[in-house]
Amino acid sequence: MIVELGHFALILGFAVALFQATVPLWGAIRGDAVLARLGAQAALVHFGLLALAFAALTHAYLVSDFSVLNVFQNSHSLKPLIYKWSGVWGNHEGSMLLWVLILALFGAGVAVFSKRLPDDMLGATLGVQGLIASAFCAFLIFASNPFLRMANPPIEGRDLNPVLQDPGLAIHPPLLYLGYVGFSIVFSFAAAALVLGRVDAAFARMIRPWTLAAWITLTLGIAMGSYWAYYELGWGGYWFWDPVENASLMPWLTGTALLHSAIVLEKREALKTWTILLAVVTFSLSLLGTFLVRSGVLTSVHAFAVDPERGLFILLILIAFIGGSFALFAARASALQGGGLFAPISREGALVFNNLFLSVASLAVFVGTLYPLLLEALTGAKISVGPPFFNLTAVPLMVPLFLAIPFGQKLAWKRGDLLGAGQRLWTCMALGVVGAAISAYAAGGGPVLALAGIGLGIFLVLGALDDLLDRALRGGIGMIGARLRAIPQSITAMALAHAGAGLMVIGISATAFETEKIAAMKPGETMALDGYTLRLEGIGPVTGPNYNAIAAEFSLRDPSGAELARLRPAKRVYIGRQMPTSEVGRYRHGLSEIYLAIGETSDGQHVDLRAYHKPYVLLIWLGPLLMSIGGILSLLDRRLRIGVPARRARLRPEPAE
Amino acid sequence: MTRKQKRLAMIGAIGLVLAVATGLILVALQDQIMFFRSPTEVVQGKVKPGEAFRLGGLVETGSVVKEPNQIVRFVVTDGANTVRVTHQGILPDLFREGQGVVTEGKLEPGGVFNASTVLARHDENYMPREVADSLKQQGHWKDGKGENKGESKGARP
Repeated sequence: MIVELGHFALILGFAVALFQATVPLWGAIRGDAVLARLGAQAALVHFGLLALAFAALTHAYLVSDFSVLNVFQNSHSLKPLIYKWSGVWGNHEGSMLLWVLILALFGAGVAVFSKRLPDDMLGATLGVQGLIASAFCAFLIFASNPFLRMANPPIEGRDLNPVLQDPGLAIHPPLLYLGYVGFSIVFSFAAAALVLGRVDAAFARMIRPWTLAAWITLTLGIAMGSYWAYYELGWGGYWFWDPVENASLMPWLTGTALLHSAIVLEKREALKTWTILLAVVTFSLSLLGTFLVRSGVLTSVHAFAVDPERGLFILLILIAFIGGSFALFAARASALQGGGLFAPISREGALVFNNLFLSVASLAVFVGTLYPLLLEALTGAKISVGPPFFNLTAVPLMVPLFLAIPFGQKLAWKRGDLLGAGQRLWTCMALGVVGAAISAYAAGGGPVLALAGIGLGIFLVLGALDDLLDRALRGGIGMIGARLRAIPQSITAMALAHAGAGLMVIGISATAFETEKIAAMKPGETMALDGYTLRLEGIGPVTGPNYNAIAAEFSLRDPSGAELARLRPAKRVYIGRQMPTSEVGRYRHGLSEIYLAIGETSDGQHVDLRAYHKPYVLLIWLGPLLMSIGGILSLLDRRLRIGVPARRARLRPEPAE
Repeated sequence: MTRKQKRLAMIGAIGLVLAVATGLILVALQDQIMFFRSPTEVVQGKVKPGEAFRLGGLVETGSVVKEPNQIVRFVVTDGANTVRVTHQGILPDLFREGQGVVTEGKLEPGGVFNASTVLARHDENYMPREVADSLKQQGHWKDGKGENKGESKGARP
């Protein structure tokens, strides 16, 4: 019954989306404020209905209702509660429902905060959002319906893919989707602005909070996914240049560019067409990512079901929206007036530099991800484009950008002084070189590129924070607290986000200094790892709620012989699918980690151990975390939210008959 | 600088970056990509000496031999032809006899494929698409095997 209610709510949500896609848009174009304002109500109702549908599916999972095909295929009654709950989106249909729910959430968000928006802008934006929602609701109902029943309900379900049975599943997909799909509302704003022919500083202020919110969650979502892969997959990697990962990286790169170009638009009314184009491209790349992930056209170490019907459906949506928005862009972009002038060496110039490199890096990722598809379609040759390609293209393109960040932060608007900025940064550069030299000494040499990367990262962190230090110390030691409080929040936000990028660069470069050891070990045997000693204390079975495991217990001792920890890497076999997974054992010291994974134990007498010492590995994820904290600070900056109502152009309602 | 000169300088700089990026991409596409080969293609001699490539097929049942120092030997087949593979390291969780596998490495002089990487999968039913295609070409495609329709896997880790 509840499942049917959910199914009905989804269909009703589709109908409301169709209304939202037509009436408010019509109202906005015709200048009818009443019709345009209806978009807000429609968006709220649409969100309510989809939330209901989502709740119904969640309920089916929680009570293990195996008469629902989707629940049968992806759940198991013995599964711990958190995985029953997060398992709702651990499959294709459920994750598409979450996708549409988040789409509706952003529409509802605009409806709630709409009081400051001009009526026609609101109507057109929510209308475009309604178009997207209609397309994906249709996709859900006709091609991936999660509410289908089975005629003969089985007693037990087939369980969730064990790799997904991890708290990471509760956090990573929702965050990633919030980011991915969040750019839809920015796209809708851009399309609305094109339709209405109004792109100005007010537009930049309108899209700013939404761009930031999407960017923050996408950053966290990607970082979380990377961290999850690191500890779950058992081979210690954090990024594989896998097509599915690239699919999330591309909108992140262009989204980051958008975040910066919108600042130029807001402050200087320049880069109008470019900002609109970035908004369109970013969401197009999100759609492309959805297509790549959901259709199975790409072979990936991530497994996805290949279903041509679904792939074709999403491809049609993709073509309609990308084609439509680019046609709109081509038709209307020339009507936009050029904005303020600036010298090449200026804050604007630096932001253009940022946009150029981010976009080109995104292009490189795009080519590397789609070239295999194109080549196979044209010649039938099957190739794989792996890390070497991206290390040679996207990575070198990011280096000039990272080098330029601290300079850009110091340049003034309109006309900057590069020499002046450089003078202040000499110290940071020198410290970067010193840091690299110390690392080389501590590690006893090492790859030159990795050392240069560490130097670059240190320069970036110090250069980003230099502003804050300078401002804080200006009034003498006693004044630090007061001076720190006086720093505008936007400056702090920028410094932290950029320092986060620096930390990430250090973390990635430091992976060149990791130690990996592989050995077959019997109980009582020891292994030396960078001064630490690992001793296999025993091997034994462990029973979990829905799995059986063989765990190995290792004691970890520091050079003085004191025991630091007991690590228990394990091999689990899940009962439902008889599928093995690895559980790694980790010990953190400072920002570094000892990481243990075991292979299958055929005889129970010995284990194949893979042990790593990974220096400063946690910086890889702490960096993006700091970036998002910068983003959140910027989002909370009150000064930037005032002024939005200043340009409120209300349409006059039609007189009543 | 005049407005026109500024614009030209800007366009020139953008063009330069684009040119460098295009150059990098083209060079990387020449040297840094890997072809996927089936055992039949390897036997037919389509592989250049010393070329790194991906070898995919089914792990022949009964062919897996584990040796000291984490060396493992197995045979990859596409039904028509076979290639012997050697790999040093710990195999991924879902490596199984009789199931699909994709390995990355180089052919050694004796005709043995030295795999530096055995690719892991996230799903026990998943069949790499290339492997499925090459099996189909050899006419050894078993009905439904690996073609997990209706069994969809969702969110990626």
